[in-house]
Order: sequence, then structure tokens, then C-alpha cells
Amino acid sequence: MQTAVESKLTVSINGKEFDARKGETILQLAKRNDINIPTLCNHADLCESGNCRMCVVEVEGQRVLQASCTTPVAERMVIRTNTRKVRKTRQMIIELLLAEHVGDCQTCKRNTNCELQDLAAEYGIEEVRFGKSQEKRYEVDTRTPIVRDNDKCILCRRCTQVCEEIQGVEAIKPMGRGKDTDIGCLFGLPLDETTCVFCGQCINRCPTGALTERDATKEVWKAIDDPTKHVVVQTAPAIRAALAEEFDIPPGERVTGKMASALKMIGFDTVFDTDFTADLTIIEEGTELLTRLKKALVEKSQVALPMFTSCSPGWINYIEHYYPDLLPNLSTCKSPQQMFGALIKTYYAQKKGVDPKNIVSVSVMPCTAKKFEADRPEMYDSGYKDVDHVLTTRELARMIKQAGIDLMDLQDSEFDDPMGISTGAAVIFGATGGVMEAAIRTAYELVTGREVPFANLDIRPVRGMEGIREASLTITDPLPEWSFLNGAEVKVAIAHSLTKARMLMDKVRAGEATYHFIEVMACPGGCLGGGGQPIPTSPEIREKRAQAIYTEDGAMKLRKSHENPAVKVLYEEFLKEPNGHKSHELLHTKYTPKDTW
Amino acid sequence: MKMLELDKDVVEISSKYGKSKDHLLRILQDLVAKKGYLTEKIVRDLAKDMNISPNEVYSVATFYSFIKTKPTGKYVIRICQTISCDLAGKEEIIKALEKELRIKCGQTTDDMLFTLETTNCMGMCDQGPAMLVNDEVYTKMDSIKAIELIREYKTK
Amino acid sequence: MQRSCLLSPGCKCNEAFEKAFSYTPEEIINIIKDSGLRGRGGAGFPTGMKWEFAAKAAGEKKYVVCNADEGEPGTFKDRVLLTDSLDKLVQGMAIAGYAIGANYGILYLRSEYKWMLNDLNAKFNEFKNQNYLGNNIMGKGFDFDIEIKLNAGAYVCGEETALIESMEGKRGEPRNKPPFPVQSGYMGYPTVINNVETLCNIPYILEHGVAEFKKYGTERSCGTKLFSISGDCAKPGVYEMDLGITIREMLEMVGASNTKAVQIGGASGSTAGEKDFDKTICFEGFPPGGSIIIFNKSRNMARVLKNFIHFFEEESCGQCTPCREGTRRLKEAVDRIERGEKLSDEDMNTMLELAEVMKNSSKCGLGQTAANPFVDILGKFREDF
Repeated sequence: MQTAVESKLTVSINGKEFDARKGETILQLAKRNDINIPTLCNHADLCESGNCRMCVVEVEGQRVLQASCTTPVAERMVIRTNTRKVRKTRQMIIELLLAEHVGDCQTCKRNTNCELQDLAAEYGIEEVRFGKSQEKRYEVDTRTPIVRDNDKCILCRRCTQVCEEIQGVEAIKPMGRGKDTDIGCLFGLPLDETTCVFCGQCINRCPTGALTERDATKEVWKAIDDPTKHVVVQTAPAIRAALAEEFDIPPGERVTGKMASALKMIGFDTVFDTDFTADLTIIEEGTELLTRLKKALVEKSQVALPMFTSCSPGWINYIEHYYPDLLPNLSTCKSPQQMFGALIKTYYAQKKGVDPKNIVSVSVMPCTAKKFEADRPEMYDSGYKDVDHVLTTRELARMIKQAGIDLMDLQDSEFDDPMGISTGAAVIFGATGGVMEAAIRTAYELVTGREVPFANLDIRPVRGMEGIREASLTITDPLPEWSFLNGAEVKVAIAHSLTKARMLMDKVRAGEATYHFIEVMACPGGCLGGGGQPIPTSPEIREKRAQAIYTEDGAMKLRKSHENPAVKVLYEEFLKEPNGHKSHELLHTKYTPKDTW
Repeated sequence: MKMLELDKDVVEISSKYGKSKDHLLRILQDLVAKKGYLTEKIVRDLAKDMNISPNEVYSVATFYSFIKTKPTGKYVIRICQTISCDLAGKEEIIKALEKELRIKCGQTTDDMLFTLETTNCMGMCDQGPAMLVNDEVYTKMDSIKAIELIREYKTK
Repeated sequence: MQRSCLLSPGCKCNEAFEKAFSYTPEEIINIIKDSGLRGRGGAGFPTGMKWEFAAKAAGEKKYVVCNADEGEPGTFKDRVLLTDSLDKLVQGMAIAGYAIGANYGILYLRSEYKWMLNDLNAKFNEFKNQNYLGNNIMGKGFDFDIEIKLNAGAYVCGEETALIESMEGKRGEPRNKPPFPVQSGYMGYPTVINNVETLCNIPYILEHGVAEFKKYGTERSCGTKLFSISGDCAKPGVYEMDLGITIREMLEMVGASNTKAVQIGGASGSTAGEKDFDKTICFEGFPPGGSIIIFNKSRNMARVLKNFIHFFEEESCGQCTPCREGTRRLKEAVDRIERGEKLSDEDMNTMLELAEVMKNSSKCGLGQTAANPFVDILGKFREDF
């Protein structure tokens, strides 16, 4: 009890006393008590860097102002956050940043969603007394899905921090010193000459328009406006749980039906759902896993286990660069986006009687790495580019706005048949652990003939936001053909964000992992926290999106991928059998080792 | 996967210090002493050898003014530009050397023999103007002595 | 009055060491605290207190780092100590190690002094051969070794947390404090970082006692101090003097005449005009950074200001906004002045406001002091602009 008393401090802010926790910063205390202190370099996902100095406050007894983000509270500390000195300092800092911030707000993708713009307005900056540089010093780098415009960079370094702290990639770094500091790659090289995985987490952390996605809306509009083109769109599960945020709705609102309506109004000829191929992935990947287990346990042959999921293109890029020796462990399944693309220009084209060369296949993804994935040379199995254009959630929102549609006012509508039919198992692909849960729901039932032994099919042990999660399930009383699994304890693990993936991979590489199946998502929270999602992001926002996704799953009539009737038809009419010849031709691929550094 | 051979100087120097990250700066210093400046290959090879990101190597390298990442002459002439040496007449020395070498301060001669630049306080303020040629220090310089010195280096 | 406590020649490792090892570490810390010795790098933090923090900090390893990165314009006293009084430094570091429980010492040397590297290494080997360094120093059961790490051309690395970053092979960007190096320093271990001169005082204090040390200086600025004196004077060089000397006394000693201004404490220090010459140099007077640059009446102070401001603009690490952008704007202003433009009152007020913001909100001492010369020189020598 002694320590509990000791760890509580009394701190005064603006003349009012607050109970503070030992070890917390002034900023944390202020936030908890709804005292607004402006920040730029601070971010809920990152370590405090104390770089921007926006958050300075007066602390009695201190010679100079203190950065509230890095200064821990102390007993009887007297803090003032709104003195003249503090305000003047913050105004000056904003002016200093604006003086070097080159670019027009009106032509910036982050216009009206820019932290620097907001602060300039909040602090009433009417002129920049140092003059505002108009001369562009940097070329906008559009060579990769992540567009960098260093003229807009304010050197807060949140991008380099997320790349290092959360992803462990270090694709961009501060280079040079002092006024010559800029964020970039060695010798000014483009991102694709580094190990950048194009996850786009840097974009989601950027307070300004210095980092944005490569825009595909113009190409998509062009296709829509071209009467000779049949434009098909698919939307990933995580979009519906976040799109509303782009329309000023608080996180956690599902807009599945409204989104489908909007896509139709925009002018897409067919509106499909990537969830369809998420279900298909479970069938293909589940079959692959069971085949590997059978080979290992029954035939005692050499087979790469644990098997890793392969849905996340950021993760694929990462394993190619950093763990090329573990590529055999990667499921050969393409991601749902690419399975979809391959089927649109084959199965769907045949069914619909459209020449695949006239089909433009568009996907809406929460992800910037998906843009990279769609451009991969491996992704032409339909005989065409399987996915022509990838839009992020943010780009879709822009298109909806450009079409003059008020998303939140729309009536719900359904996705089109047949590739718009899906199950709850597919929806949860959008959250970390979702692929695993979907796989278990199906595999367990396939093997035992019974539903998973979890209330309401909710496999809680694999859910949550813990960076690495482990679970196991013992198979009892399997169907005769799976008798070799009787009594087997199937062990699984889940990682999201690449630093966490690295920890698991190091265990696998060292032979210390006893798992059978590992799900990896490159982004924190899974796809719902992807680099194409609405800005800002934070643990709370991702938590809300996850809740939306699980609620959607719970509300679905069908909850298990193998129950998807359209997938069953697809096998009957086209693929014939899981992991069969046609599947391998269209739905599976192989990735190539790349240089680590 | 490209399996190009690592630069042998890189491997030798990084092995000397044991490849741990805290030795990066001295490894870079030794490499600059040996190679003059860091090329992309050196940076990438060192990163691979030390198992760190090449961006990290370049980020550290470009922070320090004595670590060169652009082509640099065999001899780097650094004239102290700080106040005491300025009062003592560093400007004339710079002008004389610019004329002698036919380059501007900050440039390198075509024969890649000399790079001429200024540097901040060298701690020789009582004996200014002072200059460095690579690691050698020269004090109480004037334009004539500076030109003589450079001519000596030319014949080395 | 010139002194020779620090600048006395000859190696007398034995005596101070013998004395030091007859005390317990706590006793040594108390002696240093009693002596009133304050850091000679510029900030003047009480040395004994710093050691005590490090001694009390938990850590399986501890480090003593000698900050030999003297980069402040006009400073060269450490150069003289490193070449002439290395024995005192070695003793000072080893005794600091003994006092705080550190077996490792690092000499962080500025790259501009690389020319002395071979000599330093040779001397360290000699100390090792004589068992003044290495295992079981002089049979006293205490191990202490020193390695040298070089800066690579970055003034900001004189700031102690930037210095640590640099020693760890990173960009020399100052850290947020707390934690302080005495709690978590080099590689996360408790680390004492002392200036060369501070450490060189240690053997003197132990050998001659606190009372003798306190004979020099003033009540709050005990001991002698080395001054690096350069600029317009007949006898530039390193002088050892009592803290508390007046500027006028100093100018006389070095044969300066017709003096217009004296820069005390380097570019980030303060500028004394003629009316300040009877003031004293000590922690309670003009802060004794150690660098003294003399300007005679033929000098234009605008040129001096420009030199200093360019220096800071080049040496800012670029991490925090006020320093990176502020030094850029100050440079712009002094360049405008140099081109003969007159700053409007409005512009001048903006620059003074900027100077205040830099002082109040920069992350480290560099940014906090970079605008000092702008305010000081412009304030005192308006006629030169």
C-alpha cells in the first residue's frame, strides 16, 4: 500500500491541482484531464522524440520552457500551459515551420486534414514574418506507391520513427545535419532501392502532405468514363470499417451497404467484395496447411512448417528481403486481392461473356503495399494484369466526394453476384488474428465434422491487439480421413507489425518455434491499420475499427468460409477442387528472395 | 539474390573493431582515411557486414563533417574559419589557395589531389591562421607558406 | 596572478594515486564536494555532486568519460592539457572511476585533434606499463582502462548527451533529459562526463588538500581556471588564473591594448564592452567558459557576429525546430546586414523575439545559446551595424 500512495503525485496545471501518476509526462497528465497542449512530433504509437517543441510549457523553477511530451511530472510541480510566453513561443515555432514548408494547401492531398494547417489556424498565424519560401528544392518522388514531397516535410521524424520502431525496416532516415537535414534514403535513392516494404505506415503518421499515396483516381475515372471498358471493383474487408472516418464520422462506424451504393453511383459496372476471395483463401490455404501437416505427420516427409499466411503484401515484401530462407514456409496462396484479379479476367469474364481485355479491374484496399503487389510480375496469371488499379480507402473517399455523393445519406445496397457473396469469416480478415480465426473455424470443422468449441464461433484467444499472440487447439475425435490428427495439439501464432513478425521469425529460424501456422500482418492492428486507411491512426482508433469488424462478423448469416455458396459454385463450375490444377495456375504463386540490405 | 563480394577494406576494418554498432563512427573514420570518401558500395557493404541498415550508415555518416560521402581529393585542406583565425587573416590564405589550385572553396581539383574547404574552430586560435591537411595540423600560416606547403604535397 | 596548479610539468602519478586509494570512494566524493570544484566545460555543475549521483546509480557497469571535444570557438586549453598534462588527466579519470565504481574510461576526442592520437595512445601504453592504468592499478586492487573515441566533425557532440550518442555510433543528436547520463548514459550505463580541465583538477585537490585548492578563486568559484586567450593581443595562449580575475587584469597580462570588446565563453558566451572590463570572470560574474577572444578598436563587430551566427547555423544538429530554423533565420538576418541592408524595427523585433524563443524552447544548450551573440553584440555595438 505504501508504494501506491507514493506513486501518486499532486501537480498543478494552470492553477488547478491534479493527481498525477509517477513516471507520466506533463503531456500525458494534461491529456488525461482534457487540457489541450498542441503537438506535432508526438504520436500515440511512437516514442517521445521532443523534436518539434510545440508542446512547451512553463514549469516553475525552470530557467527555460519544458517540452511537456518528454518532461516527467514531479511532486508539487507547478505548470502553466497558456501563458503569453508559451503562446508566443508556439506561434513562432509554427511560423518557423511554415517559412520552410513549400507548397500550396489547395493542391495538397492533406488539405483540411493537416496538423500544421490546423495549428496555424488555431494559433492565428496571419503572416510568416520570415517570408515563405516558394521555391521548390526537392523533386516529388512518385516512383513508388509512397510519394515523397520533402518540401512539405517539417522534420518531425514520425515517419522514420514508425519505420524503425514499429516496422524495423529503416527505409527512410534523417540524412545530413542542421538546416540540410532531410528525410530520405542513402545517396538520395528512391524507396524501391531500399528494403522499403511499402506498408505506408509513414503516410499515416505524417502530419502534413510530405508523404502520400500514389494516386490512382485519375486512371480509375478514365476507365469509368470509357464506354468500351467494363470496370469491376472489389473492396477489402477493412474499408467498410473505416471509410466513414473520411466523412467526419467517429471511428467504429460500419458503412458496408452505403459503400456498395456509392460505388455503383460512381459508375463501376460491377461491385464485388474481396471478402469472396477471402473465403476462397481460407479454402485454399486451409487445404494447403492440412496437406503440409499430413505430409509431416503421416508421410514423415520434409515439409516447411510452420506455414505462414500470405495475405499481407507488406509482409511478403518483408519476408523476401529479410527472411528469404523462410520463403518455403510461406503459403503459396496469393492474397485475396490477387486471387480476385485473376478470377475476374477468367471466371467472371467467361460467365459474363466479356472480353477480358476490356475489363478494368479495380480494387479498394486499406493498403499502399497492395499497389506494389498489383504491379508485381507474378500477377499476370489471367493473361492480363490481374488487378489494373488499386485505390486506398482515402482515394475512394475522394472519388465519392468528387462524385458529389454524401456517403452517410445513402441507402444500403448489396454487392453484386456472384463474387459479392461472403461470410463473417472473410470480414474478420481486416483485423489482426482474423485470418487465423477464419482458418480455424473452417479447418476444425473440416477435420472433426464439428463446429469449433467456442461460444458463438468467436475464437477469442486469437483476437486482440497484443503484438504477438499464441493459441493452441487439441483435435479430438476427428473424422476417419483425418485420424492422424487425433490428439494433436495444433499450435498457432499471430503477429502484427513487422518488429513483432521479426521476433517470431527469429524463433522460427532458430528452430525454437513449435507452431504449425502463423498469421502475419505487416501493419499494426492488421489491415484495419493499413497504410491506405484514413488519417489519423492510433491504438484507440484501431480498436474501434476492430470492434466494427467483429460486429459485422457477428451479424452475418454465414460465419464460415466453407459455407460460402458462391465459393462452392466457383469450385463446381471452374476450379474443380481446392489446390487443384486450376487453382495453382490462378490462385497460387511463388515469391523470390531479395537482398536484405 | 545478388551475392557480390564485399569490399575487402570494409570487412577488414569492421572486423578490427568487432562489428558492433557503437564502433560505427570509428569504422567510418578509418574507411574515410583509407578510401577518401564513402561510395554507395562501401556503405551497402558495411551495412551488410555489420548487419545494420545502409540508411543508418548513411544517416550517421552525413551527420559528421569529416565523413565524406562525395568524391574528395587525396588531400583535404581545411582552413579554420572561426573568429580568431578570421581575425588573423584566413581569408587571404583561402584566396591564395583558390588561385593556386584553380578551384573554389568546397571544390576538388580535377586530378583529385586536393579538396579545399573551411572548417570550424580547430583549437589553434592562439596560433592562427591554422589549417589541416588530412590529419596534419599547420599553424601561423600565411598565403606564401600555404602555397609552399601545398606544392610540397603535390610532389609527395 | 598566474598560477601553476594545472599547468605544472612532470608526471607525479604516484602521489595523488597513493593518496586517493587511501580513501574510500565515498570519502573521495566528499572531498571533491568540499572542494567546491565546478565543471570547467562551461555549465559549472558541481563535480562532487555529479559523481555522487553516478556512484549511487544502479548499474552493472559504469563509465567515466572525459569530454575532450572542445569545439567552442576560441577554446584550446584542453589541447595544452592533453599534450602537456596527460598524467593529471589519467589520474583524474582513474580516481573518478574509483569514486563512482567504474572500470572503464573513454576519452572522447575531437577529430580536429586527431594529430595527437598516436602520441596519446603511446602515452596511455606507457601508463599501462607503469601500472597506472590497467588491471590492479599500483597493486591497489582497482582496474581501470581508458580507450579513445574520436568525434568526426560535429560541434554539438560537446553536449554530453550528443556525445554519448556519438560514442554509441549514432548521429550526435542530443537526447531528452531526464534521464541524465549519471543515471543512464553510455550504452545505458551510469556515466560521468567531465571536461578535461575538471578532471585535471582532481589530482591537485587530493594531493594538496581542499584548503589549498580553495585558496584560489572566489567563494562560489573555487580554484584556478585555464583561459584560452586569442585575438588582438601580444601574448595569446593558455593562462592559468584565479577565478574572479577582472577582465582588465587579464587584458593587461596578455598585452592587449586599444581593446574594444572581449568575447568570454566562446560564441555562445557573452560579449564584454569597455564598460564591463572591471567585472570579474567567475560563475557569479562573466561565466568562465574558458575562451577569451579579444577585439581591438579596428574590428567591426558586425563581422564578428556574422562569424558566430554562421558557426551556429552550420553546427546546429537540426533535430529541434527552434534551433534548426532559428539559426537559419538569424544567419539570413546577419547576411542581410552584411550586404548593407538595414533591418527595419519590425524585423529587428522579430529577430529578438526569435532569439528569446530559441533560448526558451530549444532542446539543448546549443540552441539555447546560439542567439546570445545576436542579442549581445547588437545590443552593445549598435554603431557597428
